[in-house]
Amino acid sequence: MTRKYLFYPGCSQDSSALEYKVSTLAVLEALGAEVKELQDWTCCGASAASVMSDLLGLVLPARNLALAEQSREGWDVLTVCSACYTNFRRTMEAAADPTTLATINQALDVEGVTYHGQAVARHVMDVLANDFTVEEVTALVKRPLTGLTVAPYYGCQTVRPYSPFDDDQRPTSMIAVLEALGATVHNHNREASCCGTSLLTTKPELGVKMTSSVLEACEPADCVATVCPMCHMNLDSYQGKVSQELGREVRIPILFLPQLMGLAFGLPESAMMFKRHVVSVKPVLERLTEAKAA
Amino acid sequence: MATSEIVNLTTVKRDSTFVDHLSPDGRLLRRCIQCGTCTASCPAAPAMELSPRRMWRMVQLGMEEEVLRSKTMWLCSLCYQCQVRCPRGIPLTETITRLKEMALKRQMAASRESAAFYRAFTAVVRRYGRMREVEFMVRYFLQGNPLSAFGFAGLGLTLMSRGKVHPEMPKLGGRGRFDKLFERVAELEGQR
Repeated sequence: MTRKYLFYPGCSQDSSALEYKVSTLAVLEALGAEVKELQDWTCCGASAASVMSDLLGLVLPARNLALAEQSREGWDVLTVCSACYTNFRRTMEAAADPTTLATINQALDVEGVTYHGQAVARHVMDVLANDFTVEEVTALVKRPLTGLTVAPYYGCQTVRPYSPFDDDQRPTSMIAVLEALGATVHNHNREASCCGTSLLTTKPELGVKMTSSVLEACEPADCVATVCPMCHMNLDSYQGKVSQELGREVRIPILFLPQLMGLAFGLPESAMMFKRHVVSVKPVLERLTEAKAA
Repeated sequence: MATSEIVNLTTVKRDSTFVDHLSPDGRLLRRCIQCGTCTASCPAAPAMELSPRRMWRMVQLGMEEEVLRSKTMWLCSLCYQCQVRCPRGIPLTETITRLKEMALKRQMAASRESAAFYRAFTAVVRRYGRMREVEFMVRYFLQGNPLSAFGFAGLGLTLMSRGKVHPEMPKLGGRGRFDKLFERVAELEGQR
């Protein structure tokens, strides 16, 4: 069975997290999935719209879900961003109330679309862990990640509060995928803790503390695997400030899970775009070369 | 108000309908048993002027002014730990968003800086339909605290050198992509 998805990139995927989009699409293609980008998609509202207005926070995600329903293929909406995912799932739940759904549609009228509360939004973590068997993943591994220790990091909104696919306290989805790639999993207790999100901009002293506690827990590993562009931005680009906070140098490469899959599948560098990372991914590549030689 | 301060309920101004204004689920706060799981679960609690448990008790008691006058809700990063762990099933994180909305609409002084962040973000979405990160940051620092931008200058340059952010010319004048939708939403909110 071919698995088919309507891809909702979300704003960060065409700018700060382009490497996430590119590697996700490359890995899904390798796995034989059919993926089409949702045409004319717009911002989900992130965490800001619902602060400005409760209704706006539902209408912006609903517009995209309505477009997905209009495409008539009935494919699941695939999102790679945990904030977009949370907004979509929250809107799906809110739409169960007929009054709320009617109000959403009164607003969407000016956009010429109607939301029926039927489109299903799914997180790429769910898709990668549950739509493909371990055997399917293993079959594609050309360059096993043997000798590489990876700290899984899910962040908050991937698994809370609307996620139907994993435990909201101790998620495990990533473990089987990483092991299928040949990696060693570093177990730690910050896998679903908060990365600090926008607090790094609005309340930097507090935000950096939160980022620090995640990185500290992950540090014994060779790298961290993430599935959220916001988590990636914070963990990858704030290590300088984290080092100041902890009073010692912290330097650990942060990879998107699909990038690790791409590495193991032997996909070209153009599918992973490692040069875009703030913290160099070189130690990971070197570790793999060492392991191969040994 | 400090977390340890004792409140004299006979002298403090209270509005018992406060929870009802925190739609849609604010009234569920009446179920709160003050167990403190929210505070114990909150990664930002140590930095808050009111602990989450204390804040929810104040909301229950209708202490609207005191709650909205604090910065507590702006330290919430939406990690949802308090909400999923609440033994009374109260959607606490979603309700914090309603407190933010209320503080923003009432233009509370303590909320000014955080409000600038949310205003700048939605202004960019209204204009283009999608996020433009550089314009968002410029708008935020101009509205909020321009001097704080210096703390981020080095990071900005690093991100630019990696191709992670790229400045685009802002579009001035003309209708925004979502002007009509935002106007309709405001109209409908007024009717609710």
